[in-house]
Amino acid sequence: MAKRDRLSGNEAVAIALRQINPDVFPAFPITPSTEIPQYFASFVANGLVDTEFIPVESEHSSMSAAIGASAAGARSLTATSSCGLAYMWEELYIAASNRLPLALALVNRALSGPININCDHSDSMGARDAGWIQIYAENNQEAYDNMVQAYRISEHKDVRLPIMICQDGFITSHAVENIELLEDEEVKNFVGEYCPENYLLNPECPMAVGPYSITDYYMEAKRNQAEGMKNVKQVVLDVAKEFAQLSGREYGLFEAYRLEDADRAVVMIGSAAGTTKDAIDRLRENGEKVGLLKIRLYRPFPAEEIAKALSGVKAVAVMDRAEGYSNQGGPLGADVMAALFRARSNAFAVNYIYGLGGRDVRVEDMEGVFADLKQIIEDGDAGETYRYLGIRE
Amino acid sequence: MATDISKLGVKASWKDLTEGMVIAGAGTAKAFKTGEWSSVKPEFIEENCKQCLLCTPVCPDSCIPVKDGKRGAFDYEHCKGCGICVKACPFDAIRMEGVK
Amino acid sequence: MSNLTEIRWHGRGGQGAKTAALLLADVAFQTGKYVQGFPEYGPERMGAPITAYNRISDTVIRVHSNIYNPQYVVVVDESLLEAVDVTSGLKKDGAILVNTQRTKEEIIPHLRGYEGKVYIIDAHKVSLATMGKYFPNTPMLAAIVKVAGIMEEETFLREMRASFNHKFAGKPEVIDGNMQALKMAFQEVQ
Repeated sequence: MAKRDRLSGNEAVAIALRQINPDVFPAFPITPSTEIPQYFASFVANGLVDTEFIPVESEHSSMSAAIGASAAGARSLTATSSCGLAYMWEELYIAASNRLPLALALVNRALSGPININCDHSDSMGARDAGWIQIYAENNQEAYDNMVQAYRISEHKDVRLPIMICQDGFITSHAVENIELLEDEEVKNFVGEYCPENYLLNPECPMAVGPYSITDYYMEAKRNQAEGMKNVKQVVLDVAKEFAQLSGREYGLFEAYRLEDADRAVVMIGSAAGTTKDAIDRLRENGEKVGLLKIRLYRPFPAEEIAKALSGVKAVAVMDRAEGYSNQGGPLGADVMAALFRARSNAFAVNYIYGLGGRDVRVEDMEGVFADLKQIIEDGDAGETYRYLGIRE
Repeated sequence: MATDISKLGVKASWKDLTEGMVIAGAGTAKAFKTGEWSSVKPEFIEENCKQCLLCTPVCPDSCIPVKDGKRGAFDYEHCKGCGICVKACPFDAIRMEGVK
Repeated sequence: MSNLTEIRWHGRGGQGAKTAALLLADVAFQTGKYVQGFPEYGPERMGAPITAYNRISDTVIRVHSNIYNPQYVVVVDESLLEAVDVTSGLKKDGAILVNTQRTKEEIIPHLRGYEGKVYIIDAHKVSLATMGKYFPNTPMLAAIVKVAGIMEEETFLREMRASFNHKFAGKPEVIDGNMQALKMAFQEVQ
């Protein structure tokens, strides 16, 4: 039985974690940490979970401890934001290359400098090549649902990779919105017990984790790791299907909103997708054929599926809430344009940098993007493909 | 389940490697003959040995076997020739070129 | 979206405008509405101007932007009338609610020509009379619920008591004062 509630995105993820009841949760307890460990620590103190909560002295340590716990055979996770993720850098790669299925509840916020605490995707975009699965949410409901599905994906025998569950800082993390929660028992049964085949604390079969791999082995090890990533898409879809049976809420690799007959499309990640949907509905009332492709799974990148979904459009605007400093645009722009190129698409594609450091995105801003796309189609020329949305000139 | 290390030679395909390069199972270092790494080996001078056994625990590669309270011959298949045992021996019962 | 109510709060850090917006989302949710309550984070320091927002609707709310054309504006600290353009984008058929000890006639000239309805309440008086300390957010919450017609007084008070019982479980002695502040504010707003 679903339970209606109203929660911030931070509370929603913390409640999902309470329902999951993981074994070990190390976290750095002060800025730039989030309310997620704070809420969770109160669950521990009140005896609602039997998780070992470890307040550590840095994010470097929180990820290290989560890795150690996972290698030992525990279901572990940590949580952070912004510069905290940057400080986990080294360990992110270690978690992934050791094939440790652990979770990171991330609240997306800008990296310094200039110093800024608000939403953008520069933190997780910087970590996109670390070998982690990355899943993003539009609102608190999706953040909750993604967290509930996280371990099923991460721990799957064909995957065994760490997973980052991302939501937009403040815009969803601190906004109270309606949400439907699953019953504790439903989540417990859905997630199931974690039973690794091999683990450090198994006295019957000791093991070596994180070995030195000389040049003769390193590339093969990386290729082996990539195979796990290749299996992620199918597992994400399978888990989503099962989740839909439980919750009635359907998820895929991405969400296509009014895209079927669209001649213009926006591709984006996160909370501004909801704002874009309102813009689309307004424009559709005037007969404009516009649509949205909202990325849910960003790593691995479902390039073929995205290119296919965009095969009918004449012009695409890819929205990046992070700079790439390639002089070409942001990371999502590069990925989507490469996907279109590989699929021999003839669509015009432009890349906008938007919403950095919490810059607000209004329905009117997104209507403006669709108007730009209309102009591009009329001109038969994309013009400058690397643009900033709503920048003061 | 212990890893079958016989499949993990340098000719192994990426498909045969373990996930995360994890090696499950105890004692697999036995199969890795590091003895060839050394150019010089320690020599056991049995007549000087008082069987104090100070050399045994300091060997990083467990190359000084002990049986019935007495040390035996060096395991040269695994000895890397580090010379630590030479330093540990108070009775000049282990000698090695270049180590005093 | 025709039934969408948008409210913008202006306060100063430490006065509880954010908490009031979240409480408003809470009680509106209890009446079966779709809600949003969210703050806009600035310098995050005591006394710095802060903005918080509410959307209340009969249908799902998807938009995640700030509110630029609110129906209602709540000014928790009167000094903001000079510091911030509080009526910016405020709809003419909406209303502004100001916490002040002055009269409506004295306040109107400070509203930069706003032509819509103006409501005032002396949250200072209400707060001191009921809680013995200056917590303007509790009276302001009741006042905006009345001004915007979000729900009946009786329902509001019932839901707020439940909310306070939960929020102040550790210090039940403050619940009665808060409840009295809400009741008095309902009468005092004009």
